[in-house]
Amino acid sequence: MYQFSQRFKITTLILMGLGLLGLGYGFMSAPSTIEEAKAMMASHEGGHGEEHGSADHPTLAEAHHGNADSHHESNSEGSHSEDHGDSTNHDAHAAAAEDHGSSHDQHVLDQMKNRPWSAFYVSALFSFLIALGVLAFYAINRAAQAGWSPLLFRVMEGITSYLIPGGIILFAFFVLSGLHMNHLFVWMDADVVAHDQLIQNKSGYLNTPFFLVRAAIYIGGWIAYRQYSRKLSLAEETASDNKPFVTNFKLAAGFLAFFLVSESMMSWDWIMSVDPHWFSTLFGWYVFASFFVSGITVIALFSLYLKSKGLLESVNNSHIHDLAKFMFGISIFWTYLWFSQFMLIWYADIPEEVTYYVMRFEAYKVPFLGMLVLNFIFPLLVIMRSDYKRIPWLIQTVGIVILTGHYFDFYNMIMPGTVGAHWSFGIPELGGILFFTGLFLYVVATTLTKVAVEPKGNALLEESKHFHY
Amino acid sequence: MASKVFRALYTDDDILMNAVKQVRGQKYHIEEVYTPFPVHGLDKALGLEDSRISMAAFLYGVLGLTVAVTMMNYIMIEDWPQDIGGKPSFTFLQNLPAFIPVMFEMTVFFAAHLMVITFYLRSRMWPFKKAENPNPRTTSDIFLMEVAVKSEQEDALTELLLDTGAIEVQVPKA
Repeated sequence: MYQFSQRFKITTLILMGLGLLGLGYGFMSAPSTIEEAKAMMASHEGGHGEEHGSADHPTLAEAHHGNADSHHESNSEGSHSEDHGDSTNHDAHAAAAEDHGSSHDQHVLDQMKNRPWSAFYVSALFSFLIALGVLAFYAINRAAQAGWSPLLFRVMEGITSYLIPGGIILFAFFVLSGLHMNHLFVWMDADVVAHDQLIQNKSGYLNTPFFLVRAAIYIGGWIAYRQYSRKLSLAEETASDNKPFVTNFKLAAGFLAFFLVSESMMSWDWIMSVDPHWFSTLFGWYVFASFFVSGITVIALFSLYLKSKGLLESVNNSHIHDLAKFMFGISIFWTYLWFSQFMLIWYADIPEEVTYYVMRFEAYKVPFLGMLVLNFIFPLLVIMRSDYKRIPWLIQTVGIVILTGHYFDFYNMIMPGTVGAHWSFGIPELGGILFFTGLFLYVVATTLTKVAVEPKGNALLEESKHFHY
Repeated sequence: MASKVFRALYTDDDILMNAVKQVRGQKYHIEEVYTPFPVHGLDKALGLEDSRISMAAFLYGVLGLTVAVTMMNYIMIEDWPQDIGGKPSFTFLQNLPAFIPVMFEMTVFFAAHLMVITFYLRSRMWPFKKAENPNPRTTSDIFLMEVAVKSEQEDALTELLLDTGAIEVQVPKA
């Protein structure tokens, strides 16, 4: 049995405490009026503040401009080409252009207020999706009746237990967004929608009640599968026949069908909709690849940790090797999807699509390109060699790098749409990471203490114990 | 002290694997094993060194990548810059996204083809080459193990091979 040691428990609590302090600092230091926001920008950006008001300043002013108009301007481009004769639409643009000055200030204030919320959201989302990635991996292994992995099922079930607190936190966050506590999802703001033909066209899908209903269905469906499958998995230990095993197999196949659709829609709802004008048809796959590889990495890290405690004696080199192969392979799969999405948009150069990448290349160069190094080049070169996939410390190092890289992947998905060009990485973001790392470790470690880490009674367990490459 | 090569024939890969372990355990030298299909784990049982083909493949891939970069730079940037889809080809870096599929394909192409060719040559297989396997049935249903033996151990080895489940032990004349 795994013991959640006092020292480890205190560490996770300290992480959560520090994280809360960091997040609290973020909320306290966010401006509440336009004047405060202006003063903060002037002091924060030093010399830039002077030139800020003038249109001469090439990069910063442009970035602000493009950003403030992300709903107005790209809308006018998009709708001009789509519905030429729509006179009401033109009127709306004229109106929007008139109060551009004040709406710009308001917009900047909203973005600065968004920062602590976004810092919280990126970490909350990433930690939840890691558990979801593990759940998908678990279901695939169940549905495929994989022979190598049953030894690791308790580890995976331990990690997926985070879905419950993580899902509740996310849902509460969405409710607060729906109550206009923040401006992460601009399409929830009736004023913005009133001036925005493109969002109006989508409002049959993108409206707060339907959004919350969908979120409840996704989170509820995933948690329901996790709980039921865990119950059947524990029943295998005492069952006299294979009935729980067979039911779990069928359940996994059904869940995967539900998951493929719900995961894709989740990525539109929770991530793509922070840029409500922009769309990409393979976005769901791309997000999936990102959290799938993160989930597998976390399985590998926990397996190595528990093995070092002597609790997974039957887990051998080959199991670790297989996990590392998945880390390597899915990293490349992620890059493939990232590039497929990028290249088509770059080549076609359609304004309403390409703004997404223009923003990231101009204002987010370091996290955007740095993430490619962490997520692709580093794993590619370091764990390409077969022998290296069996070295625990190397897998741990690569694992930490992959997790860092994919955190920044989600950072790049959320921040440009919510915080805009005024991004930075500081205390609120670190606070978010620390809090959710602590919570994640606490929940997973608590679940791992409940049953023996090595399962009993699974029909494929013997094969898994003798697995060798 | 002339050494001879005995040939033991087996009909099953599991029996062969056990035989290999026993024969090696008795400090005989196994020259070669011929099988109708790849037997998983046989290389480890025989104590063969790891193949270096993966390192070769990596180097071939790097070569392919270099060729692709040089080729695209020459064709699209230096020799005849073309404006395709409003993307003027002034620098390599500006057009890099368009070249990445080419770079990827050339890397895979070089790695795959040169690796296969290397493997054939290293296995001494080239066009019009005569087959080296001592018994044509090793391409059908028979597993064959060649063991080198000194003259004073011949009887003991024959005994051992038959004990390990060989259906037949072929001893060369003289």
